[in-house]
Amino acid sequence: MVYIVALLAVVFLGLAALVVSRMAGVVKNVNGPVSEDRIGTSNRINGALFLAFLILGLIGAVWSFLYARQFFLPEASSIHGRRVDFLFWLSMSIITFAFVVTNILLFYFAWRYQHKEGRKASYYPENHKLELIWTVIPAVIMAVLVFTGWRAWRDIMSEAPKDAQVFEIVGKQFNWIVRYPGIDDNKLGAYNYKLIDNNNDTGIDYTDEASFDDFTSTTELHIPVNKPILLKIRARDVLHSVFIPHMRVKMDAVPGMPTRFWFVADKTTDEMRNETGNQDFGYEIACTEVCGRGHFSMRLRLIVEDEASWQAWCKEQKPLLSSTPELAVRIPGNLKAKAAKYLPADGASAPADSATASVQKSGGLAVVRSTIR
Amino acid sequence: MATAIDNQATVAHVAEHEHHEPQSFLRTYIFSEDHKTIAKQYLISGIIWSVIGISLSVIFRLQLGFPDMNMGFLRPVLGNWINESNKLDPNFYLALVTMHGTIMVFFVLTAGLSGTFSNFLIPLQIGARDMASGFLNMLSYWFFFLASVIMFASMFIETGPAGGGWVVYPPLSALPQASPGGGSGMTMWLVSMALFIVSQLLGGINYITTVINLRTRGMSFSKLPLTIWAFFLTAVLGLISFPVLLSASLLLIFDRSFGTSFYLSEIYINGEALPNVGGSPILFQHLFWFLGHPEVYIVLLPALGMTSEIIATNSRKPIFGYRAMIASMMGIAFLAFIVWAHHMFVTGMNPFLGSIFMFLTLIIAVPSAVKAFNYITTLWRGNIRFTPAMLFSIGLVSFFISGGLTGLILGNSALDIQLHDTYFVVAHFHLVMGAASAFGLLAGVYHWFPKMFGRMLNEKLGYIHFWLTFIGIYLVFFPMHYVGIAGFPRRYYAFTSYDFTKNIFADMNSFISLAAVFTFTAQWVFMYNFVYSLFKGKKATQNPWKSNTLEWTTPIEPGHGNWPGEIPAVYRWPYDYSKPGAKDDFIPQNVPYSQTPESNLPHENELISLEKEIEAQNLNDQFKQPH
Repeated sequence: MVYIVALLAVVFLGLAALVVSRMAGVVKNVNGPVSEDRIGTSNRINGALFLAFLILGLIGAVWSFLYARQFFLPEASSIHGRRVDFLFWLSMSIITFAFVVTNILLFYFAWRYQHKEGRKASYYPENHKLELIWTVIPAVIMAVLVFTGWRAWRDIMSEAPKDAQVFEIVGKQFNWIVRYPGIDDNKLGAYNYKLIDNNNDTGIDYTDEASFDDFTSTTELHIPVNKPILLKIRARDVLHSVFIPHMRVKMDAVPGMPTRFWFVADKTTDEMRNETGNQDFGYEIACTEVCGRGHFSMRLRLIVEDEASWQAWCKEQKPLLSSTPELAVRIPGNLKAKAAKYLPADGASAPADSATASVQKSGGLAVVRSTIR
Repeated sequence: MATAIDNQATVAHVAEHEHHEPQSFLRTYIFSEDHKTIAKQYLISGIIWSVIGISLSVIFRLQLGFPDMNMGFLRPVLGNWINESNKLDPNFYLALVTMHGTIMVFFVLTAGLSGTFSNFLIPLQIGARDMASGFLNMLSYWFFFLASVIMFASMFIETGPAGGGWVVYPPLSALPQASPGGGSGMTMWLVSMALFIVSQLLGGINYITTVINLRTRGMSFSKLPLTIWAFFLTAVLGLISFPVLLSASLLLIFDRSFGTSFYLSEIYINGEALPNVGGSPILFQHLFWFLGHPEVYIVLLPALGMTSEIIATNSRKPIFGYRAMIASMMGIAFLAFIVWAHHMFVTGMNPFLGSIFMFLTLIIAVPSAVKAFNYITTLWRGNIRFTPAMLFSIGLVSFFISGGLTGLILGNSALDIQLHDTYFVVAHFHLVMGAASAFGLLAGVYHWFPKMFGRMLNEKLGYIHFWLTFIGIYLVFFPMHYVGIAGFPRRYYAFTSYDFTKNIFADMNSFISLAAVFTFTAQWVFMYNFVYSLFKGKKATQNPWKSNTLEWTTPIEPGHGNWPGEIPAVYRWPYDYSKPGAKDDFIPQNVPYSQTPESNLPHENELISLEKEIEAQNLNDQFKQPH
């Protein structure tokens, strides 16, 4: 392909040289004899060029599509994504048809009805029937596209199912922070932007006991496969936008206004590695709302795995409270006891407590798992 | 149409106007109140801005196409924006993108297109001596000039120009600590835009008043050329929507400088939690796009209007479906106000609103399709002369179709989820709004240059310019769709951070950049042609395109007041080309039906009796008013 680019560069250079030489010639003739009959050879050349442009353009369009196709995103890894893809290619084929037909008519007519000495154009100011036809046909096609699109939109944007696994994703300059609800209560705690500091970069509010087991990550988001995932999205400083290209997911992160997007990922990272034949394949989350200098590099890795290994991974993670015990001072007195098991200070009792908690919890999750599969 | 009566009127008129003293150089060429001079001022300003605007895009295309390129050679121009390792600074990349968008949308395609041709053509085509208020018109240009100076100056301050994208979404644009582009560059952007809006409103009021009040005898709305219809609707759009952008900018200025919280809420930045709560960044987006979407049609409608005229003239055929064309322009103008939120499907706006706006958006496709089909049918069985203006008009129709069709996909909210803010969007709006409007502008320049400057542009150079530009633009924007389908987000400084963009399409991006450089280079053919023909072009004849509209009945270089004598009266619509039975293949608007019995249609013969009435009508001749 580098060669093709180089080749085209040469062609461009050649064209440029041609233009310069033609220009010199043209300029020389500017004050020379000017034929009164302006409509002559140039008119025929331009007409022919339109036809040539049409043919070469269509060939170029087809060829470039066939070439570029290999680089398109692979089939969507989410259920709604495949529906959207289907609608996209359906619309694409309809508009491609319209594109080809109208451009053929445009350029063909330009060539066919170029000036001929002695011919008179036909005086054809209107035809109501014709106009009605090409008002109604686009309207009908539009109605079909709108209706199918609207149904998909309605379903995608509907309330997340009750059993959806919740994650919070927070945008900041210039990375994403993911907050997991924690394995003990599987519930996100409250937050307040005024509580944000270096130790607590999502502003977790420790007066809410649901916060105690929450843990965060700035590098990766692990989600279970085949389970509704609800992303609760917010931003800390300026607008960002969560974009998961392989899942066909996009939603802005807005400071002061939490947003959300739910979807079901149904191909694990490993399955995709096999499918694409690329052992380094990984899902990614990008930012698509301009947010400043580092906008182009807000990468967060997304790992889709089966529920069991997801559970196992979550268990390995330490709640933020455990890794940053300084935050304990924010816990109100009446909840100190409940938080104690996450704090290393009472080293002896903590492991015992968390062990019992996780046993209970994994039992609960096993039920959930069995209902899903 | 110099009848005896006309001649008498001329004499009387001339006598009446002897008292006009020749004006000073300053009043004639700089602070002129003459619509033709103001139009030329807009045109020259627009051309200068377009060179700046496109140059900026070439710089960031070099970055995107050749990320490893040594940019050291730009240091004499860009100074420290080229960092130690000879790379473009990422903040400056965003500033380039922002300024390119702002300049091209507002300063080139709004001021340069509508400003030039509304000013130039409205009085000439409706048969008026000048604009309703020459003074407001002059103010309009000089407000624009002031806005230009401030916007231009903002590129030279230390923190650089505004850098949050041309849409300047807060909080990025509201917080100087969020990016250097949010600093004084942003303040200057807002001040410049506020002045720009004042200029647009002054201009718009003038266009509307002129079209409504100063049409010549017989020039009913149903005989107006489509150009004037387009300029009129454009002015209405601007008048209603620009004040909303002004309010959005004012609130943003308050948030930036006076501690209000219209757009700011719950922000923690640079180690500090800001006190602002209760504001909504979405509010700004609503206000912005309430202008932003009509703005698309503000730049596109004049181009569509002018090319309707040019295509009819050069096909030697009446425009097909004159009334349908007007109706679809009105439909587009109306719908333009109620589709703005399709830019905001995934901003967290209520999904129900998304559904509503999807329905409304896709309705726009219907009048747009009607327009495209009418253009094509106008070519059918014509007798086409490929003047450079005609070539650019056909190019516009092609871009309008190619870019407009992808609008069906982006207007569909379900599909927009994936494509929003990717290169697919960039390709879409550059074709349908950028390239199409730019071609309208160029077609207009080629077509009306003889009327503006009394000389012809060189046709051969025009052909070369057209073909290089037409091919170049398709080579730039067609492949961009592929890049967008592959998920590449826009406004990215580099595509190296993600696996899904790394090592893919690098050559495609190089290709697009080469095509952009090529297209930019081709514009110098036009620049050369423009400057050369200005001084040494072939002298124009009075009606070089054998056109029907009134501007071609003025002297080759119309002076103050446009017509030396009485303003001609209008008897017929502007599209009597190739009428069966007629001697020539065109009958200008000021030829009464009584003079063309051989070609009149039955219902037109009945109109002959009305001609006396038209002639007796009270003429809105500004020169006859005490002034």
